[in-house]
Amino acid sequence: MSAPGNFKIPERGPGIWQPKIIGLLCNWCSYAGADLAGGGRIQYPPDVRVVRVMCTGRLDALFVLKAFADGADGVLVSGCHFGDCHYLEGNYKSAKRMFMVKRLMKSIGLDDRRFRMTFVSASEGAKWAAVITDVVNTVTDLGPSPITEFRK
Amino acid sequence: MVEKKKTTTKKTETKKKDTKKVAPVKQEIKKQAPVKTGPSEKPRIGVFICHCGTNIAGSIDIKDLEAYAKTIPNVAHTDNYQYVCSTPGQKKITDAIRDQKLTGTVVAACSPRLHEPTFRTATKEGGLNQFRFEMANIREQNAWVHMHDKEGATDKAKDTIRIAVAKASLLEDLTPKTVPVEKAAMVVGAGIAGMQAALDLAAAGIKTYLIESAPSIGGRMSQLDKTFPTLDCSQCILTPKMVDVGRDSNIELYTYSEVDAVEGYIGNFDVTIRKKARGVLTMAEAEARGIIGGGCNGCGDCDPVCPVVKPNVFEMGMKPRKAIYINHPQVVPLLYTIDFDSCVKCGLCVTACGPERKAIDLEAKDEFIKVKVGTAILATGFELFPIEKKTEWGYKKFENVITGLEFERLICASGPTSGHLVRPSDGETPKRIAFLLCAGSRDNTGVGKPYCSRFCCMYSLKHAHQIYEKIPGAQTYIFYMDIRSFGKAYEEFYYRIQDEGTKFVRGRVANILEDPKSKNLHVYADDTLLDRPMDLEVDLVVLASAVQPSEDTNRTRKLFGVSCSMDGWLLEAHPKLNPCGTTTAGVFLAGVCQGPKDIPDTVASAEGAASAASIPIHKGEVELEPYFATCIEEKCAGCGMCVNLCPYSALALVDKDGRTVMEVTEAKCKGCGTCGGFCPGGAIWMNHFATPQIVAQIDAFLLGGEQ
Repeated sequence: MSAPGNFKIPERGPGIWQPKIIGLLCNWCSYAGADLAGGGRIQYPPDVRVVRVMCTGRLDALFVLKAFADGADGVLVSGCHFGDCHYLEGNYKSAKRMFMVKRLMKSIGLDDRRFRMTFVSASEGAKWAAVITDVVNTVTDLGPSPITEFRK
Repeated sequence: MVEKKKTTTKKTETKKKDTKKVAPVKQEIKKQAPVKTGPSEKPRIGVFICHCGTNIAGSIDIKDLEAYAKTIPNVAHTDNYQYVCSTPGQKKITDAIRDQKLTGTVVAACSPRLHEPTFRTATKEGGLNQFRFEMANIREQNAWVHMHDKEGATDKAKDTIRIAVAKASLLEDLTPKTVPVEKAAMVVGAGIAGMQAALDLAAAGIKTYLIESAPSIGGRMSQLDKTFPTLDCSQCILTPKMVDVGRDSNIELYTYSEVDAVEGYIGNFDVTIRKKARGVLTMAEAEARGIIGGGCNGCGDCDPVCPVVKPNVFEMGMKPRKAIYINHPQVVPLLYTIDFDSCVKCGLCVTACGPERKAIDLEAKDEFIKVKVGTAILATGFELFPIEKKTEWGYKKFENVITGLEFERLICASGPTSGHLVRPSDGETPKRIAFLLCAGSRDNTGVGKPYCSRFCCMYSLKHAHQIYEKIPGAQTYIFYMDIRSFGKAYEEFYYRIQDEGTKFVRGRVANILEDPKSKNLHVYADDTLLDRPMDLEVDLVVLASAVQPSEDTNRTRKLFGVSCSMDGWLLEAHPKLNPCGTTTAGVFLAGVCQGPKDIPDTVASAEGAASAASIPIHKGEVELEPYFATCIEEKCAGCGMCVNLCPYSALALVDKDGRTVMEVTEAKCKGCGTCGGFCPGGAIWMNHFATPQIVAQIDAFLLGGEQ
């Protein structure tokens, strides 16, 4: 498997723990960028599951927290670059909320590296693959979410 | 902190129970939602898995996937087929909806950005509302990107289908909104692309506003001397079109103007045009001010008296112009312009113009004009990459290193030297001329552009030919990486230039040095075919500079909500199947602003864009996706947070039954959901992307859904 950028490819196989990561993507930039990565057959690890919304502005901070409460090991929110939002400024407003989520995560003792907001445009297929690989590596290194452990 | 964690866990457990029976949760919310629809019966979802030949089946175990899909809650029917998008594939969907009494469909195939409309239509034909359909993307975002991990890909596909089924179970009937389309169009940029698009739109009977930031139309093509491979005179084939544009009663031409603001959506764009202060009145404007028979007639009496001298940008700075100027004698419209950045307001031109014409107004201010259009075409064109950044070639350091566009002006009969090619340093006729191709193009050093600029090979071949036409005994050298002569009759033109005596050297030029006395240039390169370094003394070097999007492109594209690719060219909706469209409905691209093109391709793309832009106008109405926000009035506290968040001013607080609640103006709402993402009371219901639907998707992935 070829790796985009300089990221290591996580090991896979029986007995190796795989993280559960949810990706919340905007329709116009990041989802299109992910489609472009597909068209270009740029390979990346399969651990992120995608939910599409029209704009990252649609994302309630509670969606992210709900995912963590449900046992997600990581959450990725990805939208357009600043100034490129299809709806003018949804990504700015989302980013503000997501900063709040990060602060909240810190204060409840959840490592905020489990949550990331990225900006990937519709023409950045290679960047998308690099983002996913990096997110999967980061979350894999952090191990299972303490919330999942706690529920056992 | 521990306590907090405990509460979270508790919540999770409750939610876990909830997901087992999704329907009751949804019904509870449904009661509060103002939308009448929503399935009251138990959801029955049909899952259709596409092989897409081996595109999907090659990386995903379809049998395993279908067996799994049968176990997902609410799934009543599963099927798989080679190509679900084919006619028999779609028939499977319509038949299953009727026979199995499905309430929703899920197709696991390619991206919804590609085939969502296809399967929505199939769902509709089966008798369901088309919005009862959800797509699971298992090709672009699965099979194609996990080609060597069948197990991982299949697991991901299972989750993706489960997520889609969870959403499909909660989808409601929606009715697309139909809006009328304004019978007018706008074209931004009046180069050959913009002019062609405007002429086509006008010929189709559509009122067209043509906006150009320069004082006259014609764009880059009007700066060229000859065009390859036919050697037509550029001005000769362009001026008739320019005159047509000026004359067409359906085209309203705004030169020296910019787009200032854009509001609205397809069919109803409200565009504000900023007419920059020109200081010179047209005849019509003069008449409106009561100066009968006045206004600028292009006589040029003002030009000689103006004391300010500036470089003429049209002539690439190689000719002077005054503060009151026209770019060249063939300008359309024939109207002088005052450059207020350099004008000293001495008033000499006012005197020269005289009391009858009274065409000059030194106190002119920018004017703002509002127009309404149904569709818009962007044709903002290109400019040259600042090749002085490649310092090794010495542009702007050595006088005798020029760009291709400067060469065009120097060899053009209407140019600064009346068509006599001379060296800038001493005015002598050059005898040895070197052309550097891929100057800044196909450059991966980070200084230049990684793409091919597409027309430099051909125009450099044409330049070489023009030298043999005009300078007897001259010798030309072309330094190239590859000669890309791909168009109709281009390869034949290449052979012709080879026969004329041009020497082709395959190799990139390492650097250029100047002989300080003679101002001759030494070109140092590696001839890679002979595997020999070379030092060539020439009189003139012409850099076939890379092209980049014009300066204002970025600002204009943001006004229209159009994306760009990494190198700044505007992004088309689909690189192959929709090269003129953009992701903003009603906005189209023409010409080089979408990527480097030669003139035939530019004209073709402009005609394509004009045709695409005229379709909604001739149809008279467009369907908008009904992803509007709606207010759940029982929950709304009337705090008004959402009102300020809305980028389109679609929300307002109103009094209803003695309470203050929010109200949505559907015509203004574009469905981004920014309000819905923030509402502290959860009182905003986003059609098709409602909170329960998104939460169900998150739950379906993380809490499973197996029976």
